[in-house]
Amino acid sequence: MTKIDSKIPEGPLANKWTHYKEHQKLVNPPNKSKIDIIVVGTGLAGGAAAASLGEMGFNVKVFCIQDSPRRAHSIAAQGGINAAKNYPNDGDSIYRLFYDTVKGGDYRGREANTYRLAEVSNNIIDQCVAQGVPFAREYGGYLATRSFGGAQVSRTFYARGQTGQQLLLGAYGALSKEIKRGSVELFTRREMVDLVVMKDGRARGIIVRNLFTGEIERYSAHAVLLATGGYGNLYYLSTNAMTSNGSAAWRAYKRGAYFANPCYVQIHPTCIPVHGDYQSKLTLMSESLRNDGRIWVPKKKEDAERIRNKEIRPREIPEEDRDYYLERRYPAFGNLVPRDVASRAAKERCDAGYGVGTGKAVFLDFKDAIARLGKDVIKARYGNLFDMYERIVDDDPYETPMMIYPAIHYVMGGLWVDYELQSNIPGLFVGGEANFSDHGANRLGASALMQGLSDGYFVLPYTMQNYLADQITVGKIPTDSPEFEAAEKEVHERIDKLLSINGTETVDSIHKRLGHIMWDHAGMARTKEGLEEGIKMIQELRQEFWTNVRVPGTKEGINIELEKALRLADFLELGELLARDALHREESAGGHFREEHQTPEGEALRNDKDFMYVAAWEYQGDDKAPKLNKEPLVYENIEVKTRNYKTA
Amino acid sequence: MDLKLKIWRQASPTDKGKFVDYEVHNISSDASFLEMIDILNDELIAKGERPVAFDHDCREGICGMCSMFINGHPHGPEAATTTCQLHMRKFKDGETIVIEPWRAKPFPVIRDLIVDRSAFDLIIQEAGYISASTGGTPDANAIPIKKENADLAMDAAACIGCGACVAACKNASAMLFVSAKVSQFALLPQGKVEAKDRVKKMVAKMDELGFGNCTNTYACEAECPKEISITNIARMNRQFIGAKLG
Repeated sequence: MTKIDSKIPEGPLANKWTHYKEHQKLVNPPNKSKIDIIVVGTGLAGGAAAASLGEMGFNVKVFCIQDSPRRAHSIAAQGGINAAKNYPNDGDSIYRLFYDTVKGGDYRGREANTYRLAEVSNNIIDQCVAQGVPFAREYGGYLATRSFGGAQVSRTFYARGQTGQQLLLGAYGALSKEIKRGSVELFTRREMVDLVVMKDGRARGIIVRNLFTGEIERYSAHAVLLATGGYGNLYYLSTNAMTSNGSAAWRAYKRGAYFANPCYVQIHPTCIPVHGDYQSKLTLMSESLRNDGRIWVPKKKEDAERIRNKEIRPREIPEEDRDYYLERRYPAFGNLVPRDVASRAAKERCDAGYGVGTGKAVFLDFKDAIARLGKDVIKARYGNLFDMYERIVDDDPYETPMMIYPAIHYVMGGLWVDYELQSNIPGLFVGGEANFSDHGANRLGASALMQGLSDGYFVLPYTMQNYLADQITVGKIPTDSPEFEAAEKEVHERIDKLLSINGTETVDSIHKRLGHIMWDHAGMARTKEGLEEGIKMIQELRQEFWTNVRVPGTKEGINIELEKALRLADFLELGELLARDALHREESAGGHFREEHQTPEGEALRNDKDFMYVAAWEYQGDDKAPKLNKEPLVYENIEVKTRNYKTA
Repeated sequence: MDLKLKIWRQASPTDKGKFVDYEVHNISSDASFLEMIDILNDELIAKGERPVAFDHDCREGICGMCSMFINGHPHGPEAATTTCQLHMRKFKDGETIVIEPWRAKPFPVIRDLIVDRSAFDLIIQEAGYISASTGGTPDANAIPIKKENADLAMDAAACIGCGACVAACKNASAMLFVSAKVSQFALLPQGKVEAKDRVKKMVAKMDELGFGNCTNTYACEAECPKEISITNIARMNRQFIGAKLG
């Protein structure tokens, strides 16, 4: 078996990162200008990294799929960003943020990475305030915080319900500054369609498709950073943006990068329920709502049925007939249990016949909070979310409880990286949601923004420099080498093939079917039989795609159907790997729930003896099963326990 | 619902472009406006016709990518709503809906309903930020900021950069967009250091890119999906005069 080296520095946990920075290799200022770096993606991780690397003096080329770097999907994050500032004096610390994150991840994350994340979390808040990010403040002028799931302290900083937007615009400002200065060159409306790996095994460039002209372009660099987000759109309906996709990561996988823990998918408990088959996406209602909202279903099945039939309204159910099931099952954390726990509990109630709406929904009720605090306070806290809910559902959440249901939101899995956030391909770094590194099997709320900015501002600028230190004599990387030629040729062949099929099924119709297979067989509850059947169905659907998809238009110019087809082709492969990973992991952990492995109370049951490792899958060829490499997880600073959110 | 659509079709930036009539049937009133266009596009693809090109991404009203001019309004008739958050229940069965791209010289049409808004990026690149490099910043609580000012800065910072203000303005002025960024930083102590330089550079760039002047019609504020206030323009004008004088 291949030996996986996670390159975790020696020494006590709290000193590892400091020790690393003190001993890493540096590139002196005049030499930095001899080094080219490619950054793919302009979300929090990519935007922050490109700006920071540009400030340091490297030549950076940054690529985004939209018309502007400001539109990356980080912008849609609502609730907040965690940091261990302990401003509220409620007992928070770097260790506690680290501990909560590892526990929240169900002991399937790497200790050293997670500790570093907690350690730099405070720098992130400082940096963002210096950039002019308008965080919420108290009347005294100091920063306000609120609570998120899986924590008993108030450590989440926020900018109304638009925290992701404000943090991204901060990074976009920093990036814009560097673009103006000339250290960063911006390429918009470009989508990475392949990674170029040289004979010596190093990543040296990318192939992109210009989404306006259709041209296939080559770019070279001494190192490549992928910050291309997650693959949640594999499920078709998710809270991701329409163009969010897994192709950059998947192409890297097919060039030899390990894909880690693809089965760890986060299903967010509070999304607006599905309402029709024409629906294109799902909308999240921020986790912050669980600070004041109480989740319930009727205690009696007949009440649930009458609500579903619209014979009675939820307000008419008396208090004693309501089942606040999270408060009942998890008294210590109540409505603020982690996302995986809250999602499964909602599914359990709905499957048992207590669901409302279409039967696949539960209530999120603000009645008590409004009575306690007044409508104005609730409006000030969540007004924009309530407005959004009303626009979509046509119902007033101040008067009637919101209806919510779990939906695909985030992926903890992603490209395998070591402590330096470098993949097993030298020179290929991966940041943000695209890597697997910091959240174990389940991510806590308000930690995605933290990780994106930690990677982008404070980790990658150091670790990439360590790699680049011996690259200063290499010189410009030419783009006419056989490796670039071959990669571009393969892209052309893939596009020509897609355009030549001329079948009868649209890309979206096949994508929707893939989404149903994934949700039914590899969604919130998984079984051996279900996964085996799912894998077979994905293989059949992939066959159908390559023989019967209809991609109209030409390869020149704007061709949105072709863009979607290229992404779907990769999803149809990634979906199978996800299901294989879920099948092999004979335990329940975080976002991965196998029905065969649960406690009598229906809680996730881990198998630490056999599965306390990162599953790093290695591509072996299209017609061969991928190879499983294992990185053992060692916990030296945290006692591994069964997660308990019932008692303090 | 059954609807008649008049949609602007333009194959390329140099093509003259024209309205083309379409019909869609059995649309759910719960569908979003963009889902209605998705359905039309599915039918066009099935018929072998070129689908309507339009910008969109997050479909939850925050990325600023969607940009349709619907029945004479940027983002359609509903106040404080982006096109992606507009739902068909706001229209009447049998209604004719006219859909155009943003129309403004600095936003050239690329295809159909897609326009090039990179001029906004160029304005931001000029000076739309606080020059704080990564690292070396003081503790976040070192400078207390009055809550009222932080809230006003947030109001201004809520701009999504969609360009509806420019599309709404008869002069294609970008004053609301630029003033929102200028205001956000002018209201915060961190932003004061570069305030004068910022407003001068951003205004000069805006003029250079061909955006028009503000003649106080307030159309931008009325059409802004994020309800950015026109008071930001007044604040920017004060900043600008102050910067020019001092």
